[in-house]
Amino acid sequence: MSFYGVELKSRLLLGTARYPSPKILGEAIQASGAEVVTVSLRREAGPERAGQSFWSMVRSLGVRVLPNTAGCHTVKEAVTTAHMARELFETPWIKLEVIRDEDTLQPDVFGLVEAAQVLAEEGFEIFPYTTEDLAVADRLVEAGCRVLMPWGAPIGSARGLNNVYGLKALRAHFPDIPLVVDAGVGVPSHAAAAMELGYDAVLLNTAVAEAGDPAAMARAFALAIEGGRLAFNAQPMEPRDMAVPSTPTIGRAALGD
Amino acid sequence: MQIYVNGDQHDVEPGTLAVTLDALGFGGRKIATAVNGRFVAAAVRSTTKLAEGDQIEVVAPMQGG
Repeated sequence: MSFYGVELKSRLLLGTARYPSPKILGEAIQASGAEVVTVSLRREAGPERAGQSFWSMVRSLGVRVLPNTAGCHTVKEAVTTAHMARELFETPWIKLEVIRDEDTLQPDVFGLVEAAQVLAEEGFEIFPYTTEDLAVADRLVEAGCRVLMPWGAPIGSARGLNNVYGLKALRAHFPDIPLVVDAGVGVPSHAAAAMELGYDAVLLNTAVAEAGDPAAMARAFALAIEGGRLAFNAQPMEPRDMAVPSTPTIGRAALGD
Repeated sequence: MQIYVNGDQHDVEPGTLAVTLDALGFGGRKIATAVNGRFVAAAVRSTTKLAEGDQIEVVAPMQGG
């Protein structure tokens, strides 16, 4: 699997927020096997240097970073945040988020497409956080996105894949674009389900960070994602309405009247 | 002159963004900056003059999902 020419072995992308401690974050990243972690940028407070110690910790783990534009509600905010992220993290990668609705954190897909157009022209490699809407996805690809990241469910909701039909349609429509289910994943079976649909990867954060044992949950997700991918490649059978005996009936002993 | 850094008002000597950041203790840190909503690259902080009332944003790496 590759994103913008970068080959990756792990199909799990992990967020770095909401962990009980930096130590547990580090353990979870290592247990997940993730090669890409998402990061953000926020106002640096006076003497505390919280951002500086976080950055040292991430650097020490040797993982690639995918900065986000979380919290941006306008194209201007998202574009300026992307500019700052590119300099700060020294990467053209940007997880582009333009949020519209506060309750669902649903993306403003119109602003998202507009911001993607601006940033693609400036050489950014965009990972757009979008819905499973096919027409929006088409516009994002037209704008220059070579990865799409539809939501499974609202961020942090742990509801899994709300629209399996829509996600399947997206997969069928874009066979050659890396597709990542981003957000809403709560348990490893949700991630496995995304992989069984043929998705290339899963991005998650809260499900690991807020688990009782984040490192163990990170490992569980890694295994589920690997299992789901193997299952997709093995071509699952189609469901059917009627039972079909798995044990052959020919040669059965006649034991009745 | 009065400027705003991350929303807080500061009284600083007129000068460049680079000098002002140093004076406020941000020197040497891994940060990115914007003035009045526009990104200002590190390379041009020393030639970016600040004006009365400027709104400066100073951001650093942070946990994110």
